[in-house]
Amino acid sequence: MSLRTDLGKVRGLGSAKEGVAHWWAQRLTAIALVPLMLWLVINIAHLAGADVKAVQAWIASPVTSVLLILMIVAVFHHMQLGLQVVIEDYVHTEWLKVACIIAVKFAAIALAAISLFAILKIAFAG
Amino acid sequence: MDTRERPLSPHLQVYKPQLTSTLSIMHRMTGVALAVGTLLLVWWLVAASLGGEAFTTIQSIIGSWFGRLLLFGWSFALFYHLCNGIRHLFWDMGKGLDLSAAYRSGWIVVSLAIILTISAWICGYHSMGVL
Repeated sequence: MSLRTDLGKVRGLGSAKEGVAHWWAQRLTAIALVPLMLWLVINIAHLAGADVKAVQAWIASPVTSVLLILMIVAVFHHMQLGLQVVIEDYVHTEWLKVACIIAVKFAAIALAAISLFAILKIAFAG
Repeated sequence: MDTRERPLSPHLQVYKPQLTSTLSIMHRMTGVALAVGTLLLVWWLVAASLGGEAFTTIQSIIGSWFGRLLLFGWSFALFYHLCNGIRHLFWDMGKGLDLSAAYRSGWIVVSLAIILTISAWICGYHSMGVL
């Protein structure tokens, strides 16, 4: 016998509400990051000791630019979701907890914007 | 009535460290370390876009012994978090949750993380012409 309401079953989320979206986004970004990070590390290892011209040429190639953009979006989304869980577990003062979560969200978006701008600048303006 | 001083729970320091719990807290610690490490990634991308002195500066910082030590720690944190993350994804599917499987996958994760870290550094030194 299920104790769930008919409406809850139809909506599929039960009583979990937006927690499921957070959990699911954490997993989806994790799956995306497996190939993206392996690709990044292999390429950075190949670029070890390379001069700025070689690094810029690598970033400017279309495949690299697109993969770097996808990587940056997934990394900072995944980072924000993960740090939020850590903050929720250890920061028990309500206002401080909310302030930390907001600060991490803003920082993640700002760092992602800076990275994306740098990638696009190299790709389009050289 | 006297109330006896009861022990507080959990008394983490009296437990023998277990592979499962150690790897669990390591997953969280490497995650936080990697979040700090993104600053280096952003700095590197910005320096590459500026070129000239900005790139020479980060190149020399990463190339220093302390920079390499940081990068080594960061690379191990990345490979560990990646491998253990895949272990978590299998758990999410309900696979490998019994004790023996959890220990087995734990040792696999540790070994793989070490192997991948060393491989990446061999690859890096090889492209620098050192190896």
